[in-house]
Amino acid sequence: MNILVCIKQVPDTTEIKINPETNTLIREGVPSIVNTFDAYALETAAKIKDVMSGTKIVVVSMGPEQAKTALKECLSVGADKAYLVSDRAFGGSDTLATSYILSKSVAKLEELEGKFDLIFCGKQAIDGDTAQVGPELAEHLDYPQVTYAVEASVEGDSARVKRECAEGYEIIEAKLPCVVTVTKPAYEPRYPTIKSKMAANKAAIPTLTSQDFEIDLQWAGLKGSPTKVKKTFTPSLKKENIMIQEETDEGSGLKLAQLLSDASII
Amino acid sequence: MEAKTKDLWVFVETDNVGKARNVGLELLRPGRELANTQGGELVGVVIGSDAEEAVKSATAFGADKIILVDGPEYAHYTTDAYVDAFTTLVEKYAPTTILIGATNLGRDMAPRLACRLRTGLTADCTGLAIDEASGNVAWTRPAFGGNLMATILCPDHRPQIGTVRPGVFKKGEPDDSCQAEVIREDIRIPEGRIRTKLIEVIQELGAELVDLEGAEIIVSGGRGVGGPEGFEPIRELAAVLGATVGASRAAVDSGWISHTHQVGQTGKTVGPKLYIACGISGAIQHLAGMSGSDCIVAINKDPDAPIFKVADYGVVGNIKEVIPVLINEIKRIKS
Repeated sequence: MNILVCIKQVPDTTEIKINPETNTLIREGVPSIVNTFDAYALETAAKIKDVMSGTKIVVVSMGPEQAKTALKECLSVGADKAYLVSDRAFGGSDTLATSYILSKSVAKLEELEGKFDLIFCGKQAIDGDTAQVGPELAEHLDYPQVTYAVEASVEGDSARVKRECAEGYEIIEAKLPCVVTVTKPAYEPRYPTIKSKMAANKAAIPTLTSQDFEIDLQWAGLKGSPTKVKKTFTPSLKKENIMIQEETDEGSGLKLAQLLSDASII
Repeated sequence: MEAKTKDLWVFVETDNVGKARNVGLELLRPGRELANTQGGELVGVVIGSDAEEAVKSATAFGADKIILVDGPEYAHYTTDAYVDAFTTLVEKYAPTTILIGATNLGRDMAPRLACRLRTGLTADCTGLAIDEASGNVAWTRPAFGGNLMATILCPDHRPQIGTVRPGVFKKGEPDDSCQAEVIREDIRIPEGRIRTKLIEVIQELGAELVDLEGAEIIVSGGRGVGGPEGFEPIRELAAVLGATVGASRAAVDSGWISHTHQVGQTGKTVGPKLYIACGISGAIQHLAGMSGSDCIVAINKDPDAPIFKVADYGVVGNIKEVIPVLINEIKRIKS
């Protein structure tokens, strides 16, 4: 199996705080991490590699030079090769442009690493939260897709995927090559060892720019992005609320029931 | 592509027996307002198998027109069949705006559709308006796990498409006297074109279906419940209220309850009429998933817990004491 995993370096959104005076995000000191769902995607690929000998996992990230730190983390937990796709012309890309650039880089990566049977993505990035790049990448490549996967294996010329759906779960079989996006599985990603960390630190991570593969730049970057951000603001969470704290918890419970009943809520 | 009409389309998602899911019917309400401002018709798009029931619902909830694609190949959702059919419709009728519910199905289909049409898509919107300066739809959505809101426009491409979070907009009242023109489009998907195969549907926990997104009342437990047995009073409270049981990530990660109950960024986004948070501190990722509820009740022993910032009613107290009293009182009031 030859597997490609697409990853993104993101700020750890669980560490983001709001400045109460300016009501803006405090980004300083927020650690950069491998997007949580991408780490699950990589682990899902690594689990296939555990049972299928000869499997190779290539990771790719589109982003600035510093994203190499995230790629190195991936190399320490199962990935064999890593590439950065980076170019000033790619800056400001929305999901359509990002997925286009990634799809074009896949052709180049296949020249270097051989044809990919499976492409994994995280279901969404925890900063943008769109869940669009995976399916849009599948569309650019004209591959079948399975989204919201919690487990994946390979059987013959198909991927067998357990995915979340409205009823619970579905088992889907998709013809290879295909794109699978991964949500939170039942297992945690593996940890690096000291040895794997050291090897990852030493690994060379080639950068692919718009010069390195065939791409029509009118579909990339701000110019190639149909959606434009008009404004951003922090949500106001403040609400007029009624606080209840009676002498005893029993009293508080009674009062709550009374208030909810008076307001016809229950 | 160019829009040929000023029509606004709402995708009316159907379930496995051809009935409309709530989310599409919800969207007909803001859809009506946007369509009126844009000066076009409100069109419901139904794709399914034996989906006449969904056509009826969309009519009763106010669509001017319904486009129905009905066939056995649409009985179970597949990306390939639905996107092919939807693309054919858009290319034929060229609407200006499309609203799709941000369910797992909607978020699987919409990006693929937008990409094929080479147009812009805004994900998981919680606010819809018309940008006065340009006349485009102004799509507002949370990002950074709910820490930031962004308003997005798609100025130069049509159709402009957004997925909209379930539960944010409330359904209108159905009116069975409403009439709508029904256009039946016969779109057949050749065998072999559908590249995925549904092998099995696994209903969660046998019969127990956790429909958080469609729930009117949710009682959720967090780290403060203390253990798996701590969910017993939560379930009991949920039972007297006819509510669905939810949970915070902390409770799920501790293995006290299954992931299908999880509310928040890595779980479900909900918008019930009443949300009761028990022993949940209110991490921003949890708030992102439930702050759209109509009425929020929080019970927590820590008076500084962030959950109280979004609560309409906050009880500072021990849930183990407060909940049993609440259960008894509700039983008493109900009888």
